[in-house]
Amino acid sequence: MKKTLIAASLLAFTSGFANAADYVIDTKGAHASINFKVKHLGYSWLTGRFDDFSGTFSYDPAHPEASKISVTIDPESVNSNHAERDKHIRSGDFLDVSKYTNASFTSTKIEDLGDGKLKVYGDFTLHGTTKPIVINAEKIGEGDDPWGGYRAGFSGTTSFEMADYGLKMNMGTVEMTLHIEGIKQ
Amino acid sequence: MLTNTSNSYGWIAIAFHWLSALAVFGLFALGYWMVDLDYYSSWYKEAPHLHKSIGLLLALLTLARIGWKIKQTTPKGIGAKWEIAAAHFTHLALYLLLLSIFLTGYLISTADGRGIDVFNWFTLPSSGEWVEHQEDIAGDIHRWLAYTVIGLAILHAAAAIKHHVISKDNTLKRMLTPTINEDEE
Repeated sequence: MKKTLIAASLLAFTSGFANAADYVIDTKGAHASINFKVKHLGYSWLTGRFDDFSGTFSYDPAHPEASKISVTIDPESVNSNHAERDKHIRSGDFLDVSKYTNASFTSTKIEDLGDGKLKVYGDFTLHGTTKPIVINAEKIGEGDDPWGGYRAGFSGTTSFEMADYGLKMNMGTVEMTLHIEGIKQ
Repeated sequence: MLTNTSNSYGWIAIAFHWLSALAVFGLFALGYWMVDLDYYSSWYKEAPHLHKSIGLLLALLTLARIGWKIKQTTPKGIGAKWEIAAAHFTHLALYLLLLSIFLTGYLISTADGRGIDVFNWFTLPSSGEWVEHQEDIAGDIHRWLAYTVIGLAILHAAAAIKHHVISKDNTLKRMLTPTINEDEE
């Protein structure tokens, strides 16, 4: 009797973890964006984004620290709203996209700061170089959508130095702002 | 004196030829130099502006030149049959290469809908993006065609010098001044 109780509670406990739902980032409906900004001459911010990326995450509101996320980015899709500049960013001076065809982020650890705030630790690969970064994330909301699905959305910011990723031209710090909405599978 | 005859180039054809030669070699040198300029060089903005402005004016000049060439008599070729055939082929190739270089250059800078400012004098409007990553594709073609046209132009000049020094004929001289003596051999 006792054993079955323990077994039952263990089952409940593990199934509690299994409640972490899997989400696919809604890039198809473009309810997600990977944006960056870099200072121009130190006088202003130049903004751009990566148009093509995909990713998934798992999230359980009861155990945010058990969440996971991984995103792959096509660096060729860099878009700063200026063809000549994008050509330059894709070239060997910056991302060298013909050589380094993939960029990605995979979480390694998530810290729950409470109040919907999370610290997402992970490995960011760009220009063939992988380094740990931390994304300061915040849950924006979750719930049913009007079309029969279930969605959860987050925002996050992080930054890295161009020099740390071995880019030939160094324009200093790249500030990233991420907005993702996932559709529950 | 201004127009061509069956064995002499007129001043207009001569002016077209040498102006083009000067512009082509100047644009090549400028282009070769400007792509490696440092971002903080004072020429970083000015050199491409000059390259595009001169290039588009050369495109206009070349169209006028082709129009003039079609209306004019072409002086008879000098030398062996194969030399004349090779010269015709080279001339045709030079024209086609130049036109393709003008077009691809235009397609790089106008890929995002922006027009090209010609010496702050007028703006040639964009025709939009015809293919994805137009600026990269057009840029690669532009570069390789530029190397090809310079190679062919050097061959063209070497042939003219060969005619002048070895064959001791009128080929080079008649591109310097119109031949006054119409019945000169």
